[in-house]
Amino acid sequence: MILSIASGKGGTGKTMVATSLALSLSQERPVKLLDCDVEEPNAHILLKPSLDCNQAVSIPVPRVDEDKCNYCGRCAEVCAYNAIAVIAERVLVFPELCHGCGACSYLCPEGAISEEGREVGVVQSGQSGNIEFVHGKLSIGEVAAPRIINEVQKYLDREKLNIIDAPPGTSCPVVAAVKHSDFCLLVTEPTCFGLNDLALAVDVIKELDIPCGVIINRDGIGDDEVDKYCLKEAIPILMRIPLDIKIARLYSQGITLAEGMPRWREAFLELFDKIERLMSNSNGREGGRQ
Amino acid sequence: MKEVTILSGKGGTGKTSVAASLASLAKNKVMVDCDVDAADLYLLLKPTFRQKQEFRGGEKAVISEDKCTGCGLCREVCRFEAISSEYKIDPISCDGCRFCYNICPADAITMQQSLSGHWFTSETRYGPLVHARLGVAQENSGKLVALVRQEAKHIAEQRGLDYIISDGPPGTGCPVISSLSGVSLAVIVTEPTLSGIHDLKRVIGVCQHFAVPVIVCINKYDINSENSHQIENYCQTQNIEVAARIPFDTLVTRALVRRIPVVEYSRNRVGREIEKLWQVVTGYLN
Ligand code: SF4
Ligand code: SF4
Ligand code: SF4
Ligand code: SF4
Repeated sequence: MILSIASGKGGTGKTMVATSLALSLSQERPVKLLDCDVEEPNAHILLKPSLDCNQAVSIPVPRVDEDKCNYCGRCAEVCAYNAIAVIAERVLVFPELCHGCGACSYLCPEGAISEEGREVGVVQSGQSGNIEFVHGKLSIGEVAAPRIINEVQKYLDREKLNIIDAPPGTSCPVVAAVKHSDFCLLVTEPTCFGLNDLALAVDVIKELDIPCGVIINRDGIGDDEVDKYCLKEAIPILMRIPLDIKIARLYSQGITLAEGMPRWREAFLELFDKIERLMSNSNGREGGRQ
Repeated sequence: MKEVTILSGKGGTGKTSVAASLASLAKNKVMVDCDVDAADLYLLLKPTFRQKQEFRGGEKAVISEDKCTGCGLCREVCRFEAISSEYKIDPISCDGCRFCYNICPADAITMQQSLSGHWFTSETRYGPLVHARLGVAQENSGKLVALVRQEAKHIAEQRGLDYIISDGPPGTGCPVISSLSGVSLAVIVTEPTLSGIHDLKRVIGVCQHFAVPVIVCINKYDINSENSHQIENYCQTQNIEVAARIPFDTLVTRALVRRIPVVEYSRNRVGREIEKLWQVVTGYLN
């Protein structure tokens, strides 16, 4: 089963939920945690995994052999991203614009283009107690987050429970992170920002046809607009975490809820029961998605 | 005209609350929300008049069933795993690279521009605002950020405004990089959590990579004073000024619930720190 934890807005407590859920469940079954928030991976700060395995992620960018090139301009013509230009008797490559699609090297009539890898990030994996841990890290100044997320997703294991910590937002990185999920938990907070961003995230999840449920964090600080919205959209609210300065302090120290306040473990186990029940009701989707 | 961008690395640090307050304090400015995934600034600025325009960001390949001979070449070359064994293209996976379009021997593939979102210009009681909404599950957020910034610049030039105040996107990737080019100053709003520190360092790295000057504002600095010290020390080693230290106060959320920039809700110590921040910002800009 693949369970992703997302939120339209950042900083709603997504990572806190993902790590606490993983810790609570890892007592009774094999759990994998995949941190797909590759721009700002944080789960490792809370779980402190070993991270003994490193794999560089690179994009194949063109390299032009000027001896073979006749400056015909075909490569520049086919590149959809203006990453290669032919100016007079020179071919210029702009590696940071290149998506590594391979069109230029394939279509160069002179066979003048080969490819070389350009590192844009890294995938690291290791163990944290009973949890198998994987995360991706985008290199500073790079834009190819979805590429790294796709590499992290290669570590998904259908035999186990996979918990994905997704990036915030609603665009391509989120889609890359949640697209294989059987269920998506959306973490929000009861403010106008929380509601606005939750509604955007729900649109994405619905578009991808993934069943979802909501967790309200810092319950009690704001109004009940999120409750009303969930009722109207028929999205179950599966858990409420109250506004509690103690929880905020634990998080600031990098301590999960499951460890810092062990009574929460029960609540996370219950949360998972609820999800399983919801999924068996929604016609046994589990393992059914390709 | 100077542009200042408010960033946070990590989301939820109070970036938008600070941005709205700076918008309230600054004179002669245009506001722009560069968080095109989840624009929130307008919720506090309550725009009155709106002009809505379409954003067509990228292309997607489409296979015409009638023309396709099923040769399989497109599927072989596509590096984005966007083409299924039935030769249907999944628009979400398609990167729009045109490789398949360029090589299909049957001319069965066309590239179609997709509607990727909308952008808005509006008037608020603080001045003009430009913001956008990226369509569901769309890419090209970087392009849309560039577009809203360009529009804000245009407005600033037209009306002779002094400042562009930009609420930046979270993260360190494509939209953040797009929100940074050519700005005069980045204000990073962080919080004293271990994740906050981790993300702060990454986003400072991005600013330094693109040679954008940075100042830091620590929000909720008193929830963990040890971590706050660590932030101060780190900033010192990087020669970065910590310009404001905002205490934890539920007033910030109460202002949010009332949808008012916190500096207008109450002039207490939270408001005073943000005023200080604005003074430091103007000091850098002028
Ligand atoms: S397509 Fe090949 S031969 Fe033509 S300009 Fe590009 S590299 Fe040179
Ligand atoms: S690999 Fe693709 S994106 Fe990169 S330069 Fe060649 S055609 Fe352009
Ligand atoms: S390359 Fe063209 S003809 Fe061949 S399978 Fe693809 S779409 Fe069909
Ligand atoms: S345009 Fe590129 S990414 Fe899209 S289907 Fe064709 S080859 Fe694949």
